[in-house]
Amino acid sequence: MNPFITHTGIVAPLDRANVDTDAIIPKQFLKSIKKTGFGPHLFDEWRYLDHGEPGMDLTQRKKNPEFVLNQTPYEKASILIARENFGCGSSREHAPWAIEDYGFRAILAPSFADIFFSNCFKNGLLPIVLSNETIDLLFKSIYANKGYTVTALKHLSKIITKKIHGYFKLERFFK
Amino acid sequence: MQAKTLYEKLFESHIVREEDGTYLIYIDRHLVHEVTSPQAFEGLRINHRSVWRSKSILAVPDHNVPTTDRSLGISDPISKIQVETLDENCKHFGLTQFPMNDSRQGIVHVIGPEQGSTLPGMTIVCGDSHTSTHGAFGALAMGIGTSEVEHVLATQCLILKKFKTMEVRVEGKLNKGITAKDIALALIGKIGTAGGTGYAIEFTGECIRSLSMEGRMTLCNMAIEAGARAGMVAVDDVTISYVENRPFSPKGEALEKAKAYWKTLHSDKDAKFDKVVMLNGSEILPQVTWGTSPEMVVSIEGMTPDPKNENDPSKRKSIEDALTYMGLEPNLPINQIKIDKIFIGSCTNSRIEDLREAANVIKGKKIAQNIKLALAVPGSGLVKLQAEKEGLDQIFIAAGFEWREPGCSMCLAMNADRLNPGERCASTSNRNFEGRQGQGGRTHLVSPSMAAAAGIYGHFVDIRSLS
Repeated sequence: MNPFITHTGIVAPLDRANVDTDAIIPKQFLKSIKKTGFGPHLFDEWRYLDHGEPGMDLTQRKKNPEFVLNQTPYEKASILIARENFGCGSSREHAPWAIEDYGFRAILAPSFADIFFSNCFKNGLLPIVLSNETIDLLFKSIYANKGYTVTALKHLSKIITKKIHGYFKLERFFK
Repeated sequence: MQAKTLYEKLFESHIVREEDGTYLIYIDRHLVHEVTSPQAFEGLRINHRSVWRSKSILAVPDHNVPTTDRSLGISDPISKIQVETLDENCKHFGLTQFPMNDSRQGIVHVIGPEQGSTLPGMTIVCGDSHTSTHGAFGALAMGIGTSEVEHVLATQCLILKKFKTMEVRVEGKLNKGITAKDIALALIGKIGTAGGTGYAIEFTGECIRSLSMEGRMTLCNMAIEAGARAGMVAVDDVTISYVENRPFSPKGEALEKAKAYWKTLHSDKDAKFDKVVMLNGSEILPQVTWGTSPEMVVSIEGMTPDPKNENDPSKRKSIEDALTYMGLEPNLPINQIKIDKIFIGSCTNSRIEDLREAANVIKGKKIAQNIKLALAVPGSGLVKLQAEKEGLDQIFIAAGFEWREPGCSMCLAMNADRLNPGERCASTSNRNFEGRQGQGGRTHLVSPSMAAAAGIYGHFVDIRSLS
């Protein structure tokens, strides 16, 4: 595991509430007995226009141009922002494995589902809870500034952007 | 002595160590299935660790198993490897497993209670979010990730922080045809899918006391869909008479001792919960989800929402996205929604009582012409056997249902049972997420009798209107 200390990256706006673990990594990929290799299938049903199965040649698949991670500059994003209750649904650790394997290091949202939240910390992925107002402000800033970046500092429980210096609460349990 | 909630009693009796609000908790029962365990066993092997208490484990393959002729084996080679990996791991580490062709095989959350492996007062974990089901027995049961599965295998302990406590009190009597599934969906409709996040829910009240163990399991199963990692019901005579005489449950003197302890497993009269939610059982109508989250639910008398009436832009977008995915117009009466497939099964609703309830609706009738497939998938081999003894299989088959072998089946469509893009299903399962039952599939969550009735009429109907 690559422990999270500090990270700066482009933030991809996934403007949805209740992003569930079936959307994060669909069930057909859970048949793997490995911990790695889930990144190419992160959000598979949203990212691609065809149906994905394990072992497919990804270069032959048609990407969905409407999906945020297929749009410039978000293909280079390493932080994800979404709405309430991110990671709801199953306990599959394949969800954080896929997010981390894809190249994300942190997720910003107003709330997370319990099991997903604790699974993230086992895999060096930092879920950051911010107020609805801060999340709204960040979404607006991202839409107004292409390639908007955020820096997250775990030990200080702090996020820094051009305009915002915000703190998030991280219980000692997760440090 | 300070009055305690059931959750506090269960949690505190399992503390091994505490440091600054972080607890090491002892785990009594560890249920294991093929999907979330291979990486945990691999971790043990890499680190040359053994299983701490192999007797605490009951393993079963359920997600990948075919529900058709088992003598043909598993045709999907990747699913086959996953099931064989569980077989090998159980053999290597000396664990009790009911393999695919064992008559006791079934969905992990059905077989635990069925075998008496789930007992009151236990801490129970499984790498599966629906582990909350077992809380119906006055146990502290919750889903965990694979890293935690490995940790419990190796140490028999889990690092936890305390949850907040929520009492969901349901008073009043349920009307005819209303079930635990309707209570669960009505609750989620009221508090939302994140309403229980950070909480352990205890279901209390007259209405809960009148539920059978099957009903209580359905309710606790769905606690996770309300965001709560654990749901529970206090022990009473209904609990104890269910638990007695099961293969793994205590016998003789041990049983008498256990019973005395089990009877203490309820919240004290003056116990304080962090939050209380009240529901009136007599006001609950048959529930049907219309969208892509269990909180997108209305009664059979209702209609799909109109996004125009929602002022919050984020919520409005959620409604629009869900209606588009579901292929539904705003303001559409629920009883006009036509169905393509019926699924009766899953860890939520595949027990004997659920099958009886559905069979009662379809007896002597035939599924509508527009129904392409109707599946009845018992929760376990023993549930299947019992249903066959009662002749329920013949009722399903005569109505046009397919009578299948036990497993998770089309709840999450990891095996061959799935919806095709655009197909609409009345399902007794627990999640209506996009793609859950197959990419592009559209799921409406309902009770077994509502699913059965939708099968007969080809669209949703009010179960109360049927004699």
